[in-house]
Amino acid sequence: MKKAVLLCLQVLVAVVIIAVWQLASTTTLFGNPKTIEFFFADPFSVMKRIVQWFVDGSIWYHLGITLSESLLAFVLGSLGGVFFGFWFARRPLLAAVFDPYVKAANALPRVVLAPIFALWFGLGIWSKVALGITLVFFIVFFNVYQGVKEVSRPVLDNARMLGMSERQLLRHVYVPSALSWMFSSLHTSVGFAVVGAVVGEYLGSAAGLGYLIQQAEGVFDVVGVFAGMFVLMAFVLIVDWLVTLVEQRLLAWRAQ
Amino acid sequence: MTDRVQAVRLKQVSIAFDLKDRGRFEAVAATDLAVGDGEFLSIVGPTGCGKSTLLNAAAGLLQPSTGTVEIFGQELKGINRQAGYLFQQDSLMPWKTVIENVAIGLEIAGTKRSEARRMGMEWLERVGLAAFADRYPQMLSGGQRKRVGLAQVLIRNPRLLLMDEPFGPLDAQTRLIMGDLLLKLWSENRKAVMFVTHDLDEAIALSDRVVIMSAGPRSSIIGDFPIPLERPRAVADIRHDPRFNRLHKEIWDALRQEVLRAYGQTGEDSR
Repeated sequence: MKKAVLLCLQVLVAVVIIAVWQLASTTTLFGNPKTIEFFFADPFSVMKRIVQWFVDGSIWYHLGITLSESLLAFVLGSLGGVFFGFWFARRPLLAAVFDPYVKAANALPRVVLAPIFALWFGLGIWSKVALGITLVFFIVFFNVYQGVKEVSRPVLDNARMLGMSERQLLRHVYVPSALSWMFSSLHTSVGFAVVGAVVGEYLGSAAGLGYLIQQAEGVFDVVGVFAGMFVLMAFVLIVDWLVTLVEQRLLAWRAQ
Repeated sequence: MTDRVQAVRLKQVSIAFDLKDRGRFEAVAATDLAVGDGEFLSIVGPTGCGKSTLLNAAAGLLQPSTGTVEIFGQELKGINRQAGYLFQQDSLMPWKTVIENVAIGLEIAGTKRSEARRMGMEWLERVGLAAFADRYPQMLSGGQRKRVGLAQVLIRNPRLLLMDEPFGPLDAQTRLIMGDLLLKLWSENRKAVMFVTHDLDEAIALSDRVVIMSAGPRSSIIGDFPIPLERPRAVADIRHDPRFNRLHKEIWDALRQEVLRAYGQTGEDSR
């Protein structure tokens, strides 16, 4: 009952926004509809464009490219983050020596790396993957580092007293603790992987959702820009929903 | 002391910590203490007297500054492999289920997984938590978590049990129940026990012998009282025994000054 009411209200918000949009682009209610249509397109054309993309199948190729770039960036960035996070947390001297460099590298706005990656790795998917990795890596790295550092003292002592060797401690205590921190930042890191892919495509590529939007923008095809944004939005929502499913499975022990 | 092999023998053990730019803090002054095989010994003392520090030295979690620790006649180096340790704080692995937590001690020692689980279930039944095997520790109450901890430690059948105020965080009723459960499990194959607590009632009700420690720093053992009450005991009922009250008064008289001293040192808001 309550859930249904909430859902109705949520749908209502979308209906109102689309209705206002439609009115603004077809009637004189908010000014000249021609001008508004030029800047904001109109909902029907945008919908028609999206349907057309899916009917002729051209969108799947771009979705596939963006998805594979995001996935590669997420997997490789996470692996690197886990590896270095562990290594640094277990070697305090190493962490202390590299601390200013890690901070400096993380302080750099990653977008400025896109041109240089395009130069190094070409205009194909790998320059986008590299950009995504620089974003994902640091999130995972800091979380894993924290996770290893903040293993509760009694849990660690207890595991030692139960007879665990260093290797068994790693497997039964450090890794689960670090992974739980990593998974709690899963939404952020997956989101950043997508950001890396799309921004990279936008700045120079021949395929992907970012490319699609950039191309439309280049010829003042506002309908194409909005259609691309909606597809991107739906894409991110679906990815986020999948992450939630994974999270519920992996962090079951945290539930109350 | 005779030459009979003791479960724990601390010889002139002192423990000091380096404080950041404030020199050295000697928590425990040179102390001798022995726990006989099969003996239930309690260490009672005021807050901050270093009783847990002494226990950690016997566990091998802490290196004494001077002196030696002998476990069943062997000098202790590194972690004490013959001891089971029940901690005051939550020490179950939160990412493992109850049964996984209980079975892990056997599994890492090489017992087959299915066998470890079977024995784990047996122990869960003993502590009355068989129905909770597949829950995670966070879903249990504090008392239930302690019972899981007890099963986790006892399943390895250690020759020596070390307990650091294990029932400290629990409410009064649950403490009585846990005390009875502990005595019941202990009486099945009397292991040596070193039990640290600040609760004198609990110490007398459970133990064969109670030692009391002076307030820190440089604390040491200042009293040693045998508890000649017969077993089996019911922890809740034994408190009404006149001998219990006599022992309580005798030990409390020795302990009171130390408690007051500790209280004075830590200020009015001492907990």
